[in-house]
Amino acid sequence: MSSIGGFKLDNRTIAAIAVIAIVIIGAAAWMFTRPKPKENLIVSTTTSLYETGLLDVLKVEFEKSYPEYNVSFISQGTGLAIETAKRGDADMILVHSPGQELGFLESGFGVNRKLFAYNYFIIVGPESDPAGIAGMSPMDALNKISEEGVAGNALWVSRGDNSGTHSKEKGLWKAAEFDLEELKAETSGDSGEPWYIEAGAGMTATLQLANQKEAYTLTDVATFLKNKMNENIESVKVVDSGKETINVYSAIVCNPEKNTRGMYEPSMLFLRFLLSDEVQELLESYGEEEFGSTLFEPWVTTLESDPSSEIVGWVEDFAYIDGTECPIMYRHEAGDLYN
Amino acid sequence: MGWNIILEGIREAFVLILRLDRTVLEITFRSLTTASLATLLATIMGVPLGITIAMRDFPGRRSIKILFNALVGVPTVTLGLVIYTILSRSGPLGSLNLLYTVRGMALGQAFLILPIMVTFIVSAIESKDRELRDLVRTLGASEFETSMAIVREASSGVYLAIVSSFNRAFAELGIATMLGANIRGLTRVLTTAIALETAKGELGLSFALSFILLLVVISLNFIVGNIRGDTD
Repeated sequence: MSSIGGFKLDNRTIAAIAVIAIVIIGAAAWMFTRPKPKENLIVSTTTSLYETGLLDVLKVEFEKSYPEYNVSFISQGTGLAIETAKRGDADMILVHSPGQELGFLESGFGVNRKLFAYNYFIIVGPESDPAGIAGMSPMDALNKISEEGVAGNALWVSRGDNSGTHSKEKGLWKAAEFDLEELKAETSGDSGEPWYIEAGAGMTATLQLANQKEAYTLTDVATFLKNKMNENIESVKVVDSGKETINVYSAIVCNPEKNTRGMYEPSMLFLRFLLSDEVQELLESYGEEEFGSTLFEPWVTTLESDPSSEIVGWVEDFAYIDGTECPIMYRHEAGDLYN
Repeated sequence: MGWNIILEGIREAFVLILRLDRTVLEITFRSLTTASLATLLATIMGVPLGITIAMRDFPGRRSIKILFNALVGVPTVTLGLVIYTILSRSGPLGSLNLLYTVRGMALGQAFLILPIMVTFIVSAIESKDRELRDLVRTLGASEFETSMAIVREASSGVYLAIVSSFNRAFAELGIATMLGANIRGLTRVLTTAIALETAKGELGLSFALSFILLLVVISLNFIVGNIRGDTD
């Protein structure tokens, strides 16, 4: 029994009040959650692209031109993003892992692949640089790190989560002719602990682990700058951009013959939007305000301004499939998309 | 770094609250509606289920009780994964279009909290004197009247079941991530926003949102507790 302001409340009254309250709140929730009339374009995207805030800006711009659509981003690792699209739960994907992208095209679920931006991965590590790799090329740096790792002087942290960054890192070790299984088995000096540490975590968590352990790691520039600015980490950039560390972002639309969401047309609108002058120009300056540095290079602009430049060659070597962005058999009503 | 970031987080939380930050209000409100809807669904399923298990004798009753007990500990990400495959467009209920909606998240959370609700209700009713039940029944009450009488007796336990379930739904992350996917303006709730800001390295904002979550859940529990008059 209890009383509020002289009113006696017995358990029955309380139960009644509770039931009524739940029904009212529930009903309100039901009304509130009624789907909006706008059509929902679902874009499954890699975390490194989403967490920079770039996509939220693109969403606003796109919806200005096409107010009948609502663009929803699902931020996932590249592997999961592709899986979501295959299950038919997304309309298109924005990813950065050419090998996995080819698998998506070959499965028949994806069509019309287009590159729209690129940047570089960097190797970061403690300011004291125990492996002495500052300024080296990425390949030389990895060689030196493994040497010093076995000697007990350096540690390396891998994402270990099948993300695009993780597959890039594995690709780099492979390119430097290392066997990952062997690296994982090696111990740091005579400590009995490995020098190659697998985090199984996102980029920020991995950077923080590397920072705590004074280890080296591969990271995208945006996540590194953000954590650096927020003083979450003390690590510094030790190895800069190069041919091997290039990172290329592509957009792939779900094949309308396999995907039942019926959002092929708006997906193609968004794809063309990414390639438009408007977005390409935005990419050129995006990040200066918040990160103190630009984060992405516009691919279409780079290609058009000088098709024979060194960087275009790097991108083509790394991200083209059979000499093209998208082989003809994986194109769908492409029109002038590849001209 | 260090403790500063927590203090900074508290300060930022108050700034966000006092400024009535639209985004924060929106995701807080969405957290509330999702958890309320989940609690409503779980109450509709759980209360009759709990009463039945507690008051009736039927074969397998003990096993069902133990099963619900065990399910209290199911990882949210596992349950989220299971319901995701069911609600996915290539799943059996894909045509309902519940994936990436507040309703879908609420449905998932309802299944998460159902075992909590059932277990609490069963133990609340069972803790009441068994003789009381027999007495009510021998006085000529119908099954339904007997049930209502017992629930009334065990009302504080039923109340605790509902409140705990709501708190659990409000604070869970795994199902909201799997079924809602943290879409801005559509399915972003407090917990998924906290996870996102943490992933971005915005630890100050993560702390701020965490404090808001705690503040909301503690205030709600105080308000409801006071209405009930939990003085002892």
